[in-house]
Order: sequence, then C-alpha cells, then structure tokens
Amino acid sequence: MSTTERPLSPHLQVYRWRISMFTSIMHRASGAFLSLGTLVLTWFLIAAATEGDYFSYVSDLLAHPIAQLLLFGWTLAFFYHLANGVRHLFWDIGKGFEKATYRTTGWLAVAFAVVMTVVVWYPVVMGGAA
Amino acid sequence: MSMRGWHPKRSHRKNVSYLGAAGEGSGHWWLQRLTALIMIPLALWFVYSIVSLAGASQADVQAWMGSLLGSTLLVILVPTLLLHSALGLQVVIEDYVHSEWLKFGSILLIRFAYLLMAVGVVIAVLRVAFGG
Repeated sequence: MSTTERPLSPHLQVYRWRISMFTSIMHRASGAFLSLGTLVLTWFLIAAATEGDYFSYVSDLLAHPIAQLLLFGWTLAFFYHLANGVRHLFWDIGKGFEKATYRTTGWLAVAFAVVMTVVVWYPVVMGGAA
Repeated sequence: MSMRGWHPKRSHRKNVSYLGAAGEGSGHWWLQRLTALIMIPLALWFVYSIVSLAGASQADVQAWMGSLLGSTLLVILVPTLLLHSALGLQVVIEDYVHSEWLKFGSILLIRFAYLLMAVGVVIAVLRVAFGG
C-alpha cells in the first residue's frame, strides 16, 4: 500500500452533529456494549444454577458500585437500542424516512431511553440499596 | 458464483441468492431482523424480571428461572439474543478489521464462545427447572 499522504474523504469531525448522525452511531455503540453485557448475563444465570456459595459471591460482586454503574449503562444502552431498533424495523418496510419524521423519531428514541432508565433506576438510587 | 447480476430469464430468487461479499445473499440481514422482532417482547419481559429480582436470594432467582414461563422464555431468549449479538458484532468486525485472518478468526471465536454460552445457559435453566 502506498504511504504517500493522499487526501481522505471528509470524516466525522468535519460535520456538525445532528440527531441522525448521533442515533446511527449510538445504535452500533450501544449494540457492541450490550454484547459485552451478554457475558455478565450468562455468568449470572449459570451462577444461579450452581450449588454452594458461588451465587452469593456473584450477587455481592454485582452490588459493587462499579458493577452497578455498568448495569446502569446497560439499562440505558438496552432501552436505546430497543427504541432505535424499532426505527430500523420501520425503515426496513420503507416507512419513516421523511426528514421531519426521521428527526422526531430519533429524539423520541433518545427520550425513551432516558425516561425508561430513570424509571428503572430511580427506586434503586432513592432506596439506597439495590 | 456466476449467478451475480440481474438476468431477465432467471427467477427473482436466483437474482438475489449468494449475493454480497460473503456470498450469503440476504440471509444475514433477514436473521438480524427476525431475532430483533422476537426479542422485543422477550427482552422487555427479561428486564422487568431482572429489575424485580434486584438483590433477590438465589432461591427467588431459581424460582423465576425454573418456572414454566421463566424457563420457556429464557431458553428462547438467550440463544436468540446471542445470535443477534453475533450477527451485529460480525458486521462491526467486517467494517473495521481489514486483515482477513484477524477478521475470520475473531468472527469464528465469537461464534464458538457464544455457542458455549448459549448451551451453558440452556443447561443451567433446564437444571433448575427440572431440579437436577
């Protein structure tokens, strides 16, 4: 491959941030992050089937602040990926491409994720313990 | 494949089969959507259950996992989720990893790991459900 400095096509930093760009990038980012969560999900379910003290060990680890922060992140990523995934399914049947609709549903997906994450985590944060 | 490209004398099916870089036609795309659709209700149920189970004892978690509803839905959800995740990660890898061996290797590694995880979870759920 040539090492000559060739002009590249305009990349992300050139553009002004728009909701369409944000929702698209975040769909992939949230999906990748959620994939990491499948490891914890698997670990938790298998631990629940074991005998002895192993489950309480896992349960205590998940109550750690860092684990709680990760779970909070996965909650946000889950609801976002779900809402934006529904947008994708509508696009697949050819609906929702009009500029105004596209932007509105984009904002709606973000709002849905934030609201649902608050609904899930409000009792945890206010109640002190999980 | 010499099947690429549209030809008036071929059926529609033949015009789309085996297209794309991996020669798999629309299979990957379709499976990604199908797994997404299946998971809309299942994932909502799962998140609701997990939130209700926050800080629960092992006995409570087992009661949920082993119930007829819980075990049935988990055995459907987890493999579906892992398949959806594997398909998604594959696209990301294909976009950003340019070394053929690394690309092939990482996709294969994810598939093996996910197969192991899916089987592990299904056995765990069935063990609890049947009290093994």
